[in-house]
Formats: sequence, structure tokens, C-alpha cells
Amino acid sequence: MENGEGVVKRFCYINRKAPYGTIYALESLEVVLIAAAFDQDISLVFVDDGVYQLTKGQDTESIGMKNFSKTYTALGDYDIKKVYVEKESLEERGLTANDLQALKYEDEDDDWAEKDSLFLVGRSELTEIINEQDVILSF
Amino acid sequence: MSVLHTVNKSPFERNALESCLRLAKAGSSILLFEDGVIAAMQNTKFSERIAQAMHDFSFYVMGPDVKARGLGEDKLINGIQVVDYNGFVDLATEHDAVQSWL
Repeated sequence: MENGEGVVKRFCYINRKAPYGTIYALESLEVVLIAAAFDQDISLVFVDDGVYQLTKGQDTESIGMKNFSKTYTALGDYDIKKVYVEKESLEERGLTANDLQALKYEDEDDDWAEKDSLFLVGRSELTEIINEQDVILSF
Repeated sequence: MSVLHTVNKSPFERNALESCLRLAKAGSSILLFEDGVIAAMQNTKFSERIAQAMHDFSFYVMGPDVKARGLGEDKLINGIQVVDYNGFVDLATEHDAVQSWL
């Protein structure tokens, strides 16, 4: 522990922007994937317009930009099992969980059973989740 | 004079659309594109405001930006016309001026 090896911190990535209009969503995803290589305790939070990053059926062909939405479904393979979406943000936007991609991971402690990694949480619950973190990165 | 107003910011994040609606002259056209397309969706906090503004303005939305965000053209507020990039050019040429609300 003294030389820093084996220290696991709780990292939280807060995403508040819609995809494609700005570079934030893509940059966040890139940083999350890099950080995932360091075996830390990672949580992703999607609030405000950030919830639009997770919509299903994104098709960027006619705007000439890379569609990175499929990458979210691969987060489970990087051992990212905690993705929190604020319910109130969805409601304000007329969205429901059905409008979002399903995010799963395979639980190695349970015979690789496929489990949900996306959780809808209310505002007060999200406050607690954020409050428990060691490091918070905002996008 | 006819003016095409363009808004490319989400109404949840910036007040660009709000300022546009407040200052644009009745009879003008408003094109929502990039993150601005969020304002064209049904059942958001802003849908009622837009529906009301449709009495004064012609609304257009950039279809490619709606599709990119997975929002679905079937979920647009009724009466908002969908255009593509060529349609954007047509609108720009049909109006005397273009005002961008950045």
C-alpha cells in the first residue's frame, strides 16, 4: 500500500451532455475505457442531457460522425458494472428505460450469468452514490 | 423581411432557444439542429412551450441530427417539418437573412 500498488479508489464519471453536439460524450467514453485498465472501482453517472448518450437506435450515417453508442454495451467486458441513470432526467425529457440500450455484464462469481449494469436511480439516491466516491470526473 | 433563425443548443442546457422565441418576429422560421433538435421532441419539459410558439413561427428540424441521437422522427412534436442538409440550404436561400442563436 505504501508504494501505491493495490490501492483501489472509487472513480465516478459524471456525464451531463448530449452526444455529437459537443465532444464531451466521446471524450468521457475514451477516458473511462483507459481508466478501466487500472482495475479501479468505476461508476458512470448519466444526468441531464447526458441521458441522451444511452439512447438506442442512434444512426449517425447522415451527419458523418462516428457512432460510438455501441461502445456503451461493451463496458461490461471492461468490468464496468455500475451505470447510474437519473430517473428525473429521463422524465423531464419524455424518455423511459425502454428508450435506452440494455447494458449487461457477465458475473464471474455466478457462473458468468448475464446481469444488468444499468440502474435507474432517483435524485436523492444519486446524491448518496456521488457522495461515496473518492474521485469525480465531470464531462 | 423574412428571417431564418437557427438554434443548435439543447434547451435544457442553454437559453438560446428561449432568447430566440422571445426576440424573433412573428412569422419568422426557426430551424432546430445539432443538440437543438432536443427541443423538437414530444413530452419534454419544453414541448408545451414549442407547441405554443408554433402559432407564431414555422418550425423545422434537422432529420439527420434527430436520427444520430436515436430520438425517432415519430416522436417529434406534430407540425414541425423535417429537413435535411439540402433543405437547410433551401431555407437559407428562401429567407432574406439567417440569424444563428449560438
